[in-house]
Amino acid sequence: MQYILPLWPAYPELFLLVMACVILLVDLFVSDGNRIVTYALAQIALAGCLAITYLTGRIEPTYTFSGMFVDDVMSDVLKVPVYLAVMGTLVYSRSYIAARGMFRGEFFVLALFATLGMMIMISANHLLTLYLGLELMSLSLYAMVALQRESPSATEAAMKYFVLGALASGMLLYGMSMLYGATGTLEITRLAEVIFDGNGRQAVLIFALVFVVAGLGFKLGAVPFHMWVPDVYHGAPTAVTTFIGSAPKLAAFAFIMRLLVQGLGAEQLLVEWQQMLVVMAVLSLAIGNITAIAQTNLKRMLAYSTISHMGFLLLGILSGDLNGYGSGMFYVIVYVVMNLGAFGMIMVLSRSGFEAENLEDFRGLNQRSPWYAFLMLLLMFSMAGVPPTVGFYAKLSVLQAVINAGYLWVAVVAVMFALVGAFYYLRVVKLMYFDTPLDTAPIRPRADVRLVMSVNGLAMLVLGVLPGPLMALCLYSIQVSL
Amino acid sequence: MLSGFPLLSLAIWVPIVAGVVVLATGSDRNARAARLIALAGAVLGFLVTLPLYSGFDVAANGFQFMEWAPWIETFNINYHLGIDGISLLLILLNSFTTVLVVIAGWQVIQDRVAQYMAAFLFLSGFMNGVFCALDALLFYVFFEATLIPMFIIIGVWGGPNRVYAAVKFFLYTLLGSFLTLVALIYLYNVSQGSFSLLDYYELPLPLAAQILIFLAFFIAFAVKVPMWPVHTWLPDAHVEAPTGGSVVLAAIMLKLGGYGFLRLSLPILPDASHYLAGFVIALSLIAVVYIGLVALVQSDLKKLIAYSSISHMGFVTLGIFIFNAHGMEGAVIQMVSHGFVSGALFLCVGVLYDRVHSREIADYGGVVNTMPVFAALFMLFAMANAGLPGTSGFVGEFLVIMGAVKANFWYAFAAATTLVFGAAYTLWMYKRVIFGAVANSRVATLKDLDPRESLVLGLLAAAVLAMGVYPDPFAEVLHTSVNDLISHATQSKLPAP
Repeated sequence: MQYILPLWPAYPELFLLVMACVILLVDLFVSDGNRIVTYALAQIALAGCLAITYLTGRIEPTYTFSGMFVDDVMSDVLKVPVYLAVMGTLVYSRSYIAARGMFRGEFFVLALFATLGMMIMISANHLLTLYLGLELMSLSLYAMVALQRESPSATEAAMKYFVLGALASGMLLYGMSMLYGATGTLEITRLAEVIFDGNGRQAVLIFALVFVVAGLGFKLGAVPFHMWVPDVYHGAPTAVTTFIGSAPKLAAFAFIMRLLVQGLGAEQLLVEWQQMLVVMAVLSLAIGNITAIAQTNLKRMLAYSTISHMGFLLLGILSGDLNGYGSGMFYVIVYVVMNLGAFGMIMVLSRSGFEAENLEDFRGLNQRSPWYAFLMLLLMFSMAGVPPTVGFYAKLSVLQAVINAGYLWVAVVAVMFALVGAFYYLRVVKLMYFDTPLDTAPIRPRADVRLVMSVNGLAMLVLGVLPGPLMALCLYSIQVSL
Repeated sequence: MLSGFPLLSLAIWVPIVAGVVVLATGSDRNARAARLIALAGAVLGFLVTLPLYSGFDVAANGFQFMEWAPWIETFNINYHLGIDGISLLLILLNSFTTVLVVIAGWQVIQDRVAQYMAAFLFLSGFMNGVFCALDALLFYVFFEATLIPMFIIIGVWGGPNRVYAAVKFFLYTLLGSFLTLVALIYLYNVSQGSFSLLDYYELPLPLAAQILIFLAFFIAFAVKVPMWPVHTWLPDAHVEAPTGGSVVLAAIMLKLGGYGFLRLSLPILPDASHYLAGFVIALSLIAVVYIGLVALVQSDLKKLIAYSSISHMGFVTLGIFIFNAHGMEGAVIQMVSHGFVSGALFLCVGVLYDRVHSREIADYGGVVNTMPVFAALFMLFAMANAGLPGTSGFVGEFLVIMGAVKANFWYAFAAATTLVFGAAYTLWMYKRVIFGAVANSRVATLKDLDPRESLVLGLLAAAVLAMGVYPDPFAEVLHTSVNDLISHATQSKLPAP
């Protein structure tokens, strides 16, 4: 049994914790006019985490806190996009929340605590750590959704999110307790050993598995546990939706990897959860894509598109080999970047007192601003999976893993629903390019937003032309971490 | 001398880079600059393909001007280029057409000029990429990438019903290509992790797998060709597309389908191709005969030419699937010839449309009185479309019919009816539009071709005549490649029992 030390694998988490507390304190002394200080500190905290994660990166997995916490390549590779996604979200959100009276310390502190929760989830090697990270993230997110107090839809969304989220957490916890009962350990690596050795009652394990998968399904927003997604995405302020829709997906992926793959990845359980994931994935693809067609609200449409993307992500994982996990990781990273850009664009087009969240608001964007229309075009085609954008390679690698695992029919179903999905992404492009604008207000975002949005959009193309390095990195990190 | 020089990469990337530069000129205030840069890019793009022809070794087997570089190492996907005689002709056709399209859109397009020109340059580069790719995934990426600019071209600069046509075009084509993707990944897994077409050519496959893969490919390529009964997107797309879009669509994009059959289906899946040849031939003959009859009753000029395209492309698929040298060579020549002729016909319709703003045949009549030069050129292209000896249209059709006679007399008989129907609908249309009394006041005030239009149509007329009178330069680059392909396509690849 190891002792508390070494501490260095957890330096990024410790740093962020300290910084979040410091910001909480400093913010008390900052007047409303100088709130920019809080914003800057939050960005510095994230940039610091980025640097520390880079500096403390080791190839060998390092366990600490008595084996409750692990720092391996997979965690480092997943944390970096988390930081970047949160930083991007904050950049996009700044004007948006300022115009809606949310430019306050709480927003940033909650965002940082949620980020901390994600980081803990990503690095967890113990069911309690995993749960702790999940709850830290979820509670912060519930509060963020409710931050816009005067908005009834936001309050309703927060309520719904909280109730369903708590239910999911309960299920997860119940599943975990049964895992403990069956194996006598909460440490994920130990859990795997016990199950691999054939100790632990199969019936109890499967029962536990059902609850764990259901809980995970809730957190991911996969069908049939998806009901909260459209309402929360739609009701929450766009800045918060962007936040919920991006970085937490990385944490959810890590959650699946840690719990299902590392903990319950032994052959006799693998076949069980594979079947559950097939059903969830196919249903998510079907319901997500078909329902998205009927939406007129872009946020709602993207919510359903999220459901379908999560279906695709599950496809990568259910293949049950390293290649598949690597492709799932690539998919989730790409998805986060795409989603960040798409929601960011809604905030770019929104102004004080006006939410550009309906599809109609994108009408004729090409005439108002060819550059933003082009970026949105890249994002939409990437979501649809049309080459040469990176979304295509994400789908390619997942499909490859699925077919390799012998699920040819699932791959065919997946591409058919991807075709359905192409239709509604195409509709956004159609509105931007083929129609004349209803609203001719000039689009003049701040310079930093302009820069980040351009990088975000062009990343679709650049990663699409050169997807090799990121793909290789994902596969490598899975190989050395599992 | 030029062997080490990446000519194929130039053919792909020169138009694309030019397109980026054109886009950078921005708004319509710089429209003139956009046009000039686009023209320079298109001409340069054409010039860099000429050394391909002069340096092409007509006697050599296999692929030439090969380029190879690793691209996505995780999946062993490579930037692997190379051409044979078939791709060579299509690359030349594509680069040549791009120049014409840029000139044709010079004055007609006044709205978002930079985006229009850039879209065509991107399209040209992507299509050259399809014709050069020897890596299945690279092929697929370029094949798909062509959708985006074409979607924008139809949807932004098209006619009144353009949105419907653009979305229909996009989704139809995407349906086929997604299945192709699944098939390619399957091949990747079967071949132990390779996307190289050259590896696939040697890969033994059981018949059941071959048939499934063939069907997946078939849907993609048949939609592109387009074959009956999945042709319905084409008349819509053509009618609504701007002239330049119609030209590129007819002249090049349809060839992606035929090319796909030649490059992927036949050599990778020879047994399935033979097994299903009867089915493909039947669909081709339906296209030739039935769509020929459909063309006869069209009242819209562009629709008529669109249906005539489908009918002519039926010849291409027929020629490909009768598996002999005449048929296949005829098919490729027909593709090139159809590129010139249909492109020219759409340009002619564009000339009329720009002046009268109507595509209805009934709105014309007696055009020869006011536009004699135009009438003469139009006559030539109409004759070529009908397959008159001495024009390019004749060579391909003749070869395919000759090949068909060898395979089965009745194939040839059905195919030959096109000589009657083709002549009927083309010449009847020509008569109604061009001859007779001046139909109305708008026709009475028509102005004949301006120098720009004369240049474009003149170049095409020269190409059509040259190919009809002396097809050797076109045919000779094909002989070796076609024989090569036939030897691949007739060698069974079933695994030993």
